[in-house]
Amino acid sequence: MSAPRTSGPVIPRRVQTAMFLRLLAVQGSWNYETLLGTGIGFVMEPALRCLPGGRQSARYREALARESRYFNAHPYLTGIAVGALTRAELEGVDPARIERFRSALASPLGSVGDRLVWASWLPLCSLVALCVFGAGGSALAVVSTFLVLYNAGHFLLRAWGLQIGLSRGLNVAPALANPVFRQGPQIIGSAAALLAGVALPVALQRVVGPGKGLNGGSILAALVGIVLLAGLRERGEGWRIALGVLAVFVLYSLLT
Amino acid sequence: MTFLEALPLALLGALLGLDVVSFPQAMIARPIVSSTVAGALIGHSEAGLLIGVVLELIALDTLPFGASRYPEWGSAGVVGGALFAAQPAGMPGALPASVLAALLTASISGSSMVVLRRIIAGRLERSRGRIEEGSRAALLSLHLSGMTLDLLRGAIVTTLAMLVFSPLVRAIVATWGSEPSYSRSVVVVVAAMVAGAALWKVFHSVRHVIWFFAGGIVVYVTLVFLR
Repeated sequence: MSAPRTSGPVIPRRVQTAMFLRLLAVQGSWNYETLLGTGIGFVMEPALRCLPGGRQSARYREALARESRYFNAHPYLTGIAVGALTRAELEGVDPARIERFRSALASPLGSVGDRLVWASWLPLCSLVALCVFGAGGSALAVVSTFLVLYNAGHFLLRAWGLQIGLSRGLNVAPALANPVFRQGPQIIGSAAALLAGVALPVALQRVVGPGKGLNGGSILAALVGIVLLAGLRERGEGWRIALGVLAVFVLYSLLT
Repeated sequence: MTFLEALPLALLGALLGLDVVSFPQAMIARPIVSSTVAGALIGHSEAGLLIGVVLELIALDTLPFGASRYPEWGSAGVVGGALFAAQPAGMPGALPASVLAALLTASISGSSMVVLRRIIAGRLERSRGRIEEGSRAALLSLHLSGMTLDLLRGAIVTTLAMLVFSPLVRAIVATWGSEPSYSRSVVVVVAAMVAGAALWKVFHSVRHVIWFFAGGIVVYVTLVFLR
C-alpha cells in the first residue's frame, strides 16, 4: 500500500505527527448535526497554520470553517480525507471544488471502512483471541494477542490513509480501489469462518470448566438458538435477547 | 462497595469508555480487554478474563457501524469484570448475575452516549456562528469539551453501576437456587447463540462460508481426538 508522492506543498514532519495524533481523537466531538465534521477541522487545524499569514489570516479562518462542516466516514479512513483536503487547502484549490470533493468522498470512506474494519478485522481479531483463550492462554496472552493484532491493522490503516491523502490530494479515488479494500473482507471473512469453527467450541469449553462438557441438550439448544437468532436478522438484537433470557433465568434461580 | 472503593474502577471505566468512540478507538474497550483489566484491578485477572470472554462473544453482535446505536462495552466490561472477580470462587450464581449486570450497564451506557451526542450538538448550535467564522478557540473548545464530557460520562456510569450492582449481585449470589453446572451452562448456551448468529449475520455473504466453518470444526475435532 505504497503512496507515490506527487509534488505539492511541503508539510513539516512535526505537523504531520500532530495531525496523526489528532486523528486518533477525530470523533471527540461526534454529534448528530455534523457527525465527524468538527473532528475533521480539529485534525486539519495544525496544517492550516501553514497557510500564508498563519492563524491570523482570512484564508486560515475560511478553511477551518469550511472543513468543520458536516462530514461522515469510517474513523480509521478519515486520514485519507484529511490528507487530501489539507493538500487541497494548502494548494489553494477552488472552495466549491473542495466542497464537492467532501460530499463525494464521505460515503465510500464509510462503507469501505465498515466492511473492512468493523465487519471483518475486528471479529477476526476477537476470534483469534478466543482461540488463544481456548488453548489455555493466560489473561496477559489473550489480551496482548488481541490488542497487538488488532492495532497493527488499525494504526497501519490510519497512517497509510493520512500519507496517501497528503501525497495524492484530491486524486485519492484510485486508492480506494486498492486490493486490500476490494478483496480484504472476502479473505478475512473466510479466515474468520474457519477460525470460528475452532474458537467457539474451545472458548466455550474453557468457560464451562476443566473436566466438564456441554451435554447434548445444551449443544442442541445453542444450535437451535443460533438458527432462530440468525433468522431474525435485523428484527431482533441478539444481545438484547441474551439480556432478557438471563434476567428470566436469574429471577427463576432466586425463586427456586 | 463505597464510593472510594469504586473510584479506581470509575477511572478505568472513564478511560475505557473514552476509547469506544472519542479516543483512540484502539479497542481497549472491548470486553475481552476491559473485563480482564478490571478483574486484575480486583486481584483476579483470570476471573475477569472468563467473564470478558462471555461478554466478548455477546459483543460480536454489536459492531459499531456508523451512527447506529449500540451498547457501550468499555464501562460495562469494567463493571462485569469487577463484579465477577469480587465474588468468592465457585459460586454458581456469580457468572449469570455478573453478566446480567454488565449487559444492563452496557445498555444504560449506550443510552448515555446518545445523550452526550445531543449535548455536543447543543453546544455546537450555540457556537456555530463562531465556528462558521473560523474561530480556532471555539472549535477546540467544542472538541475538547466533548472528549472531557465523554470521560466524565464513563466515570459516572461505572460508579453508579458499581454502587447499584455490587450489593445486588452479592445478594443474588447468596440466595442462588439453581444447580451449579446448570447455571454456567445457561450462560454458555446464551453466549454461543448470540455469537454464532452474529458471526453468521456478518459473514454469510462470504463465498463458501459454511465450508470454511465446517473446516474449522474438523480442525477442532481433530485437536480433541489427538489430545
